[in-house]
Amino acid sequence: MIAIAPLPLHTAGPYVAGAYIAFFLIVLAYVAIMAAKLSRNERTLRELTEQVRRRSEGGDEENGRR
Amino acid sequence: MYGKGLRALSLTTALAVALTLAAALYWAPNDAYLGFLQKIFYVHVPLAIITLCGFVAAGLMAIAHLRTGDSRWDVRSYVAIHISLIFGVAVLITGSIWARGAWGHWWVWDDPTLVSFLLVMLLYATYQPLRFAIDDPERQARYASVFAVTAGVFVPVCFAVVRLGPSYVHPRTLDNVNSNLPGRMQVVFYLALVSMTLLWVTLWRFEITAKHVAAQLRALRGLLTEQADDAPARRSAAPTLTGVGSET
Amino acid sequence: MRRPRTLAVVAALLRAQLRLELRTFEALPAMCLFVVTAFVLFHFGLNVDALSGNLASGVLWVTLLLAALLAINRIYVADAEQGGFDAFLLSPAERVALLGAKTAVLLVYLAVLELIALPAFAILLLEPSLWQALPGMLGALALGDLGVAVIGALVGALAVRTQARDLLGPLISLPLLVPVLICAASWSAPLFDYPHAAGVAVRWPAILALYDALFGLIAFALFDFLVED
Repeated sequence: MIAIAPLPLHTAGPYVAGAYIAFFLIVLAYVAIMAAKLSRNERTLRELTEQVRRRSEGGDEENGRR
Repeated sequence: MYGKGLRALSLTTALAVALTLAAALYWAPNDAYLGFLQKIFYVHVPLAIITLCGFVAAGLMAIAHLRTGDSRWDVRSYVAIHISLIFGVAVLITGSIWARGAWGHWWVWDDPTLVSFLLVMLLYATYQPLRFAIDDPERQARYASVFAVTAGVFVPVCFAVVRLGPSYVHPRTLDNVNSNLPGRMQVVFYLALVSMTLLWVTLWRFEITAKHVAAQLRALRGLLTEQADDAPARRSAAPTLTGVGSET
Repeated sequence: MRRPRTLAVVAALLRAQLRLELRTFEALPAMCLFVVTAFVLFHFGLNVDALSGNLASGVLWVTLLLAALLAINRIYVADAEQGGFDAFLLSPAERVALLGAKTAVLLVYLAVLELIALPAFAILLLEPSLWQALPGMLGALALGDLGVAVIGALVGALAVRTQARDLLGPLISLPLLVPVLICAASWSAPLFDYPHAAGVAVRWPAILALYDALFGLIAFALFDFLVED
């Protein structure tokens, strides 16, 4: 094997840190995107709940009037 | 329910990854040849192995889809490829950083693993555009499955052929380092393999659950607004799930 | 109605496609022109007058591959646009006969292309004599063309009924064709050594043949799913 002289710690350190950080950031980016989709779903759910509530209140009013 | 057990799985994964990082950085000894730089391998190599297994698994799920016609297999295959693509990007980046540290270049054609990875990623990068280019959901799923099976077969074959390629009279640097790992390093390596597997499975189930929820919301909206979904749906590369009454 | 023999169907489809090509000249002239133009581009891009060895082999095979992409895009277009797929599905023939026919069509196109490309290459860019390389090249061309044809027939069927067929065909084919390129180029490289051809390593024919067989099987197994309505 071609002998590669081991890089001293202060040179190798940034590369190792860079690799671990890159991995962490990629997973974090994925989680962030999924979180954004989740809040969008939450908003949709809130709107739908609101619709149902309005509809049931509107129905109650009609029943009340009759 | 798709989300069942997801919390326990996530906690286990978090624990495993944390343990692996700690063991890799503090417990494993420095490699005699590469020194501290070798520690990149505890992230890079398990990621690579899991990514490739993920692609092959997606191919197997695609076979299940083609045989049964059940669209849930298509969703599983799609998400498997998606997660593996993300891991694959991480493999290329960490591999590039290692190459820069070990050889002084951001990319080396000497390492057959990295080169094969580049080819595999170039192929799978066409998966989403392929799906996006087909409107009919059933045909989209079917064609995507054909692609996933072909590509899943291509993955191991590509690795084999590239390895035999003419320029690899040089030492296979990743291989040489990772064969005959002494005691502690081997333990950390297998620990890393397990935690990356857990991470993949967690993200996979997480995304499938999220898709399922989104589909259920869409179905709910359809019921509540009482409009037929006649509005031309935006073209989508993602597989469709029927939300209402979906079984686990 | 008796189910027609698959080989007979393949032959009929092949004849039909070749007849169509002879009438319209859609693919072959473009491929030949592309190949000659590409050689000219390589001359200017590499700034060399003559190539030998690895470089010659690489330039030749990359050019042939890229020209093949033109054909892969074209062979299914008539079927997709003029109802050929539907007509075929209605017939009692085996679906896989279409795969066989399209593979044969690509093989014929590539053979005709090479009749033009090899002399052009020898005249424009090749340093050693083409005759020293030719006996060995025949094998490389045969197996290499087979790999391109099989993968092209599969990917062409996949890409043609999508909205971005002209982009997806090449993008999906090229990574799948890289092993074919590796094997064929490595096989041919010693044949183009100057001044004398060197021996060919036996593993390249073996690997290429295996690769062709494997993807032939894959295409055979999956093709039905592509032409279903």
